[in-house]
Amino acid sequence: MSALGELARYALLILVGFLPNEVWRMLGVVLARGLDEDSQVIVFARAAATAILTGVVGKLVIFAPGALASVSVTVRLGATALGLVAYLLARRSVLAGVVAATLAMMAGMLVFGGT
Amino acid sequence: MQPASTTLSLPYGSGFLGGLRGGVTSIYMVVVVGSYISIGALGHDLGFPLPWTVLTTLLVWAAPAQVILITALGAGAAPLEVALAVGLSSMRLLPMVVALLPLVRTPRTRTHEVLVTAHFTAISMWIEALQLLPRVPREARIGFANGIGCCLMGAATAATIAGYHLAQTLPGLLVAGLLFLSPMSFLMSAVRNARFTADWVALVAGLVLAPLLAWRGVGLDLMWTGIVGGVLAFAAQRLREALQNKVWR
Repeated sequence: MSALGELARYALLILVGFLPNEVWRMLGVVLARGLDEDSQVIVFARAAATAILTGVVGKLVIFAPGALASVSVTVRLGATALGLVAYLLARRSVLAGVVAATLAMMAGMLVFGGT
Repeated sequence: MQPASTTLSLPYGSGFLGGLRGGVTSIYMVVVVGSYISIGALGHDLGFPLPWTVLTTLLVWAAPAQVILITALGAGAAPLEVALAVGLSSMRLLPMVVALLPLVRTPRTRTHEVLVTAHFTAISMWIEALQLLPRVPREARIGFANGIGCCLMGAATAATIAGYHLAQTLPGLLVAGLLFLSPMSFLMSAVRNARFTADWVALVAGLVLAPLLAWRGVGLDLMWTGIVGGVLAFAAQRLREALQNKVWR
């Protein structure tokens, strides 16, 4: 690619990657001004962010992207459930839950097929 | 309910160093490294130069937005379309920043002092900061949050470079495993961090609503999930408090 084409790629990164992403963070800075920790707005913002977070999880598990799509949705849901059980059994250890879920998913992929 | 929290000791009294330590010992080190190896590999496979791919990690610092940016530009999509898709995927950063900043600020903090903290805000850093910050003295919190962010972003940068070079040699099974790390860690951490009624209602609402809306083909599914889930959780919390007040009187 020419030098100009190379530069254009970096300009695109700023214009369509960095800016549309960073605008939300800056907007957050503006909106958070003057709010104190116990404000009801914070309670709502935290709840909305949590719902979006687990929403991302639900979408990734059910409509899996890329290499994950080669495993059936049953295996993905089963591995998630196993991970939650491991999390509880290991006295609320996030590490144990994540490792158990991931290994279960990979084992399911080996047993039931996948690429 | 969580047990009474204890104060974290800070190395040399530095919030930043404490944050770095909090980051290194976080499960998110594993998660971030796994996710960013796959992003580095993606940049390589779609023909972007290494410095460009690394810059997406430093400047965008939001894995889903980076995946969209790299795949869409790699496929030659119209720039305006790419900007819109990236912007929509990153809306979650707004409520995260709004919920985080009041925790780190002191009454004397100026706005420009939290800009770096806002830039470091991403799911991984947000979850760890929300969990650890209440145990850090308030004056040290900005440094602490930046320390977590710096540590995770540093690891992500190294992983992006490694993934770029490993692209051709990673087996499919491993790639799938790496991809599964982030949703599982998000879920377990959300469960761990849930303390109030609002947290639990939001957690379950998100899990159910987002796939349902996506399945029904509703546009902006995550934005609606945030709004509806947030309202439900907020209402449940108020109801719970109202009922408790009644019982106590």
